[in-house]
Formats: sequence, structure tokens, C-alpha cells
Amino acid sequence: MSEANAPAISNPVEYIQHHLTNWSIGVEHGKQVNIVDFSVFHVDVFLFSVLLAGLFAYVAWKVGKSLNADAPSGIQNVVETVVEFVNQQIQDIFPNADRLVGPLALTIFVWVFLMNAMDMLPVDLLPSLWGGILGLFGADPHHVYLKVVPTTNLDTTFALALTVFALIIYYNIRSKGLVGWLSSFFFHPFSAKNIIVKIILAPINFLMTLIEEVAKPVSLGLRLFGNMFAGELLFLLIALLAFSVWAMPAQIVLGSLWAIFHILVITLQAFIFMLLTVVYLGLASQNNEHH
Amino acid sequence: MNVTLTLIGQMIVFSILIWFVKGVLWEPMLKVLNDRKQRIADGLAAAEKGKHEEELARQKALDELKKAKVEAAEIIAQAQRRAGEIVDEAKNAALDEAGRVKLAAQSDLEQEVSRAREGLRAQVAQLAVAGAEKILGKEIDAATHAKALDDLAAQI
Repeated sequence: MSEANAPAISNPVEYIQHHLTNWSIGVEHGKQVNIVDFSVFHVDVFLFSVLLAGLFAYVAWKVGKSLNADAPSGIQNVVETVVEFVNQQIQDIFPNADRLVGPLALTIFVWVFLMNAMDMLPVDLLPSLWGGILGLFGADPHHVYLKVVPTTNLDTTFALALTVFALIIYYNIRSKGLVGWLSSFFFHPFSAKNIIVKIILAPINFLMTLIEEVAKPVSLGLRLFGNMFAGELLFLLIALLAFSVWAMPAQIVLGSLWAIFHILVITLQAFIFMLLTVVYLGLASQNNEHH
Repeated sequence: MNVTLTLIGQMIVFSILIWFVKGVLWEPMLKVLNDRKQRIADGLAAAEKGKHEEELARQKALDELKKAKVEAAEIIAQAQRRAGEIVDEAKNAALDEAGRVKLAAQSDLEQEVSRAREGLRAQVAQLAVAGAEKILGKEIDAATHAKALDDLAAQI
């Protein structure tokens, strides 16, 4: 939302498209990519998410190696608060959680929050800097692409969602057995006493449960992606208000308001992703006797 | 807006991060938090127990004090009784002693009297012989009249 560069103002569509293009390997920049294409690799998404993962891992390691039970120091207090908050949520939702759920939920919460928080940086700051740096080495800044918020990319959100989905399947099989889990597809949500009615209901049940199960990772991934993408887009649109000096106050006011509101959004989305993960895993570890 | 190879990379990063956080942060920190919770609970329980014990001790001290007072009173009463007894005993002993002394004095007196009497008796015989010699004008053989003299002395 800082001042946009001159060519962007003259061409808003190109400005936005430039900002929405990833730094990628395996595809010509600006060219439309298929919806699923495993020959393409988005360097910027991976780079920033790994950097933030590294930051979190470093803090975790630093706090973890000098834990002090009696006199916790500054950063340990912060981490303790987060850990206790996450642990409290798990104990409320999924009381008999095994020892993987805690670290999983904490990692989702913190990592997603950090990735979302990249949205709070001015939209032009890192791309312009990166363009400028590469420009020094003779690259054309207009063909240097950098997207700094990893969660505005389907790859990141679906990587998280699919990992969670794999765990949901694993927990289901572990608690119900493979047969038990598969048979739950046919006798849920509609159940009947009569065997003929049961057979009639089976395909409907299968379809409903299949949709229900598939909806879990899809909604997880799309919700986070949608919220973050929309937030990013709004920052870009607000940045475009810099087209004239007279519009600058509007840009500043709107940008501040949206940034403040976005603090809520990034935290909430990280929290929702974590919470739903715990809920789904809790459901998956229930025995299906009551179906 | 598409799914690419990055997805696989992100899944790997995610899995490693979970594993790392689990080993380095989550498990040790939960252990510390649980330890702390346990210690606080123990401390509170100990404080509660200490308070209870203090109450008990105070009660016990009060009881002891009461008992000591009763005992002291008893001891004093006993001592007074004993003192009375001692005085009585002393009085009795003194009376006994006085009786004994009196008796001894009496027997001494009687002995003196009888000794004096014996002495007098012996002298009576001599006096009688001497008197008779004076009257008769001749010597009297005391041995010849010993029986008569003894009878005389015995009459005195």
C-alpha cells in the first residue's frame, strides 16, 4: 500500500497482475498455468514459507533448550502462553488426543499466522526491493516477480489441508479399523432398521459421506486461501489509490483501516485452521458405535 | 491459482516442522508446564497441611497447658498434705521422745533412790552395831548378829 511505481498507476491491470504472479520455475512468467501442473515450482512461496518455518523452528529450539520452570524469561513466557492456549483448545475439543495433535496444532497455528502476517508488510516493499536488487544485476524489474504471502497460494493451503486430511484418514482407520471406517460410509448419515431400506440408503449415504469427508480438506484449504488472497487483493487495490495526490488521504485511511482489520483476519484464519484440524481429528478418532 | 510441485515441498516442510516442534518445544515444554502445575498443587497442599498441623499443635499446646495446670494444682495439694503429715510426724516424734526422756529420767531417779537406800541400809547396820557397842560397852562381833542386822536393815 506504499506508493506504487509510476508504470503501475498508468496501468492498473498490469500492476495487479504483476503482483499476483509468482516467481516460478518451469513456466514462462505471466503465462497461464494449468490448474494442476507438477512441472511448475513457485520459488517465492517455498522460500518465504521455509524462512518463516525456520524462524519458528529457531525460536522453538531456543526456548526449548533453555526451559526454566521457575523463572520463565521473556520469550519463554510468550511461547508458553501460545502452547498453553493451543493445549487448552485441544483438551476442550479432543480430550484424549494423542501426542501428535498438540505439535500439529501448534505448528499450524504459528506457521499459518506467520505466513499470513507477511500480508502486513506493504505490498510493494519486498517486490520493489527484490526488483531493485536484481535490477542492479541487469535484470528488468518488470520481469522480476515476487509474491511474499505464502498463504495466498493454493499450494501452501492445500499442502496443509492435505496433510491434515491424510491424518484424518489415518486416525479414522486407527480408531475404527479399515473395514469399520469404510462401512461407516454406507450407514451414515441415514440409518434404518430394515435391511432393504438399508440397501436403498447405502448409495445415498456413500455419496453424502464422501462429500462430507472431501469437503474437509477442500474447505480448510480454500477458506485460508480465499481470505488471504482477498486481503492481498484489497491491499493492492488500496495501493492503486495513489494515482493522484488528492487520493492519497483516502489511500492512507483505507490502508490503515484494512491493515488493522487484517490483523484480526490473519489471526482468526490461523486459529480457525488449527481449531478445525483438531475438531476433524477428534471426530476421526471417535468410535462409530453411535452411528 | 493452481496446484504445483510447491505443494509437495510445502507438505515436506510442514511435516518436518511438526516433527521438529514436537521434539524440541512441545514435549519438553508440556513436561515443564505439568511439573510446574504439580509443584504448585503440592505447595498449596503442603501449605494447607501446615496450617492444619499448626492448628493441631496449638490445640495440643493448650491441652498440655491445661493438663500442666491441673498437675501443678495436684502437686501443690499433695505437698500441702505432705507438709501437714511431716508436721504431725515431727510432733508425734517429739512427743514420743519427750515420753522416753521422761521415762529415762524417772528410772534414773528411781535407781538413785534405791541406790541411796542401799547405801543407807549398809550404813544402818554399822550404825546399829556402833550404837549397841556404845550401849553395851563392849565389842560386838558383827558376824554373829549379821542375821539380826540384815533384818533390821530390811525394815528400814
